[in-house]
Amino acid sequence: MDLILIQTLNGLASASSLFLVASGLSIIFGVTRVVNFAHGSFYMLGAYIAWSLVSRFGSASALGFWGGVLLAALLVGLVGLLIEIALLRRIYQAPELFQLLATFGVVLMVQDVALASWGPQDLLGPRAPGLRSFVSIFGNRFPTYELFLIVLGPIVLGALWLLFNKTRWGTLVRAATLDREMVGALGVNQRLLFTSVFFLGSCLAGLGGALQLPREAVNLHMDLSIIAEAFVVVVVGGLGSVTGAYLAAVLIGVMHAFGILIFPKITLVLVFLIMAVVLIVRPHGLMGRKPSLVQQGATMREPLLSPATREIKLLGAAALAVLAIAPLLLGNYGVSLLTELVILTLFAASLHFMMGPGGLASFGHAAYFGLGAYGAALAAKWLAAPMAAGLLFAPFLAGLAGVVFGWFCVRLSGVYLAMLTLAFAQIAWSVAFQWVELTGGDNGILGVWPAPWAAGKTTYYYLALVLCTALVLALRVAIFSPFGYALRAGRDSPVRAEAIGLNVTRINWLAFIIAAIAAGIAGGLYAYFKGSVFPTYMAISKSVDALLMVLLGGVQTVSGPIVGAFAFAWLQDWLVRGIAEYWRLVLGSAIVVLVLAFPQGLVGTALRWRGRSQDDDVPAEAVR
Amino acid sequence: MSGPVLEARGLAKAFGGVKAVDGVSFTVEAGRLLALIGPNGAGKTTCFNLLNGQLQPDAGSVFLGGRNITGLAPRMVWALGVGRTFQITATFSSMTVRENVQMALLSHHGKVWNLFSRAREAFVAKADALLEQVGMAAQAERACGILAYGDLKRVELAVALANAPKLLLMDEPTAGMSPSERIALMELTARIARERGIAVLFTEHDMDVVFAHADRIIVLDRGRLIADGSAEAVRANPDVQAVYLGSGSTFGGR
Repeated sequence: MDLILIQTLNGLASASSLFLVASGLSIIFGVTRVVNFAHGSFYMLGAYIAWSLVSRFGSASALGFWGGVLLAALLVGLVGLLIEIALLRRIYQAPELFQLLATFGVVLMVQDVALASWGPQDLLGPRAPGLRSFVSIFGNRFPTYELFLIVLGPIVLGALWLLFNKTRWGTLVRAATLDREMVGALGVNQRLLFTSVFFLGSCLAGLGGALQLPREAVNLHMDLSIIAEAFVVVVVGGLGSVTGAYLAAVLIGVMHAFGILIFPKITLVLVFLIMAVVLIVRPHGLMGRKPSLVQQGATMREPLLSPATREIKLLGAAALAVLAIAPLLLGNYGVSLLTELVILTLFAASLHFMMGPGGLASFGHAAYFGLGAYGAALAAKWLAAPMAAGLLFAPFLAGLAGVVFGWFCVRLSGVYLAMLTLAFAQIAWSVAFQWVELTGGDNGILGVWPAPWAAGKTTYYYLALVLCTALVLALRVAIFSPFGYALRAGRDSPVRAEAIGLNVTRINWLAFIIAAIAAGIAGGLYAYFKGSVFPTYMAISKSVDALLMVLLGGVQTVSGPIVGAFAFAWLQDWLVRGIAEYWRLVLGSAIVVLVLAFPQGLVGTALRWRGRSQDDDVPAEAVR
Repeated sequence: MSGPVLEARGLAKAFGGVKAVDGVSFTVEAGRLLALIGPNGAGKTTCFNLLNGQLQPDAGSVFLGGRNITGLAPRMVWALGVGRTFQITATFSSMTVRENVQMALLSHHGKVWNLFSRAREAFVAKADALLEQVGMAAQAERACGILAYGDLKRVELAVALANAPKLLLMDEPTAGMSPSERIALMELTARIARERGIAVLFTEHDMDVVFAHADRIIVLDRGRLIADGSAEAVRANPDVQAVYLGSGSTFGGR
């Protein structure tokens, strides 16, 4: 009995920090429609800055500690303010996904800035003065600081409620959440509103991070781990609803606390089950409302998609010929790099299949790549399966996940779908990471070697080239097949698609599964190529790699992901080898610059330039 | 002819406290054009959305050729032979005009799950015949995303005809078109309907169009049906006059 009570209290305490981060994310999204990936970075920065400030002010005095914490929150708010003014303000008109990419660029940059400023080691924070003791609850010692956090959550919720319901500013924010254009038309200074909202949201994230100081060591992984949980909270609570965020944070915090008792290995799976149940019952979250479709239907105009012209086909054939003879000219390293490139091309093309024609943007596509890799590795490790069997088991496992995860994901759309795919990917990652007996945890699975006949680097390259080319071409054929058209129909106009008898949900589901299977094959090939698999294959950064490749190439073109994969993988390889240290900072900056310079992607921009000179039928705005 | 194609019985739908549609009953016969008119906010579009399954009615039922279709999803209603055009045009902007029609034909022939053949090469002749009928054949290769509004309406009509429907639901088919285009489109609709024995239910604000082409008119006001009859009868109906004159608009736009 008292164990239940203690675990409930533990859960409530961790819910408060989660709530602070999630509410900030939710508020920022509500007004600016930007899913701020960097929100987790603000949380991490809050913790680091608070650590520095408190160390300097002296953690013994109440003023030193609390002053440090609050100042850290404000400083993080200022960082958010600067990012909003310098970056986001310029891309509010860009497609949603580009904004997301830009904020991910910020994530990468902040990671390296934090590494440079505070070093790689975990930093232990002081305990809060005045709250160092324990209280006795049914004979159990419970830290007072935790109790303080439990109380803080509802206080912040109340304060936000007052702010939004009792002030003019709050009214404007709520109005902008409902209808941004109308608020602008009424003469409200949107810039100021957006910037102030971003400041508030960042402060909340910073405060959430700073308050973790007495609870856990500050480390460089805080950003991505909290952002995934915050996404889950926001999706479960309902996008844009602060109260929903609180309820969801409590629900998930408490379940987490109990999960550690019951299934210590798979706590995230429990979180996933809760999320699944909530989304089945209430697809738009506990307190969320169904977004109005009318706006979308009227403003979204997708560009015309036509099959490759003769010149593009010739170009493709020429590129393929170059790839075929490349091993004759390249050394071992070059062949390895090319192998990785063709595998990543299939990975990118698989994401593009659901994202381009289907409009289903996945933030967690690495899950299927990783599951494919693990499928091959597990088959090799536990069943001593030969490579051919492993390469079949890879898409099977990935496809199975696509069937299950996809069933939930295709019921949502837009940002919700993106967040949910990310959450699923985190679950897959945590299973690989936590289920040490099966997967080897962090150490991964080693010794996944290809069959003897394919063991040579060049042979394996040709195997990968043949398989990936065939599959990329098959995906292309599918895009121009009746199914591909139906998929596009559902994206262009869901209402019309339903009115001509198309079952859009089921069509999207199949597209999701196909994308998962193709990614799984890429993953299987990658496993045999590297000889080992690790949980990082499913990490958020891998999913973002795929997104980057697709967006870099241009999502509304079929050849885009291929160009994007090569451009990205080459850039990354060059950065990692050339700069080694702080390559994330450079890559992050490069992403930000690319988003600012090429909001249509590389191929999209090229087509647009060509379109301008030749054909009036493709007006610039249609290429968006 | 045996019985009406479409029959609505006591349809009702409320949004919060507002009774958008309140006990509406009517029938449409094959080859006939029934106009549904009424001032803004009378419940016309809601009524349409109840008929094709976009919304679930709170009460009442819809029969298509004697079969109860109440509550079926829009795609099921379509499969039973109901074509629809929308007040705000809904077409696939990433496809050409012909591909829009081909998409509907592919769906009608149950070819949607084919992953290997080329969609562009499917039902080209049928699609062109439909486009010819609505006068869009010359623009078959153009992208739907860049068409003029009036042309989009005609593409919608071709798409709606692709499943050889028994019933056409047209929500403000001529909105946003010039007066000459309106007449042309409705003449075309009337001709196709009569030739093929399709029942047409349409809403319209332009009374010239209504009186010129509707075989029968029903009038909605604040969710209730206040008149049902021929053009003359409706024109003479004092309730109808009160609704329209009271709201400041006039008959016939004169």
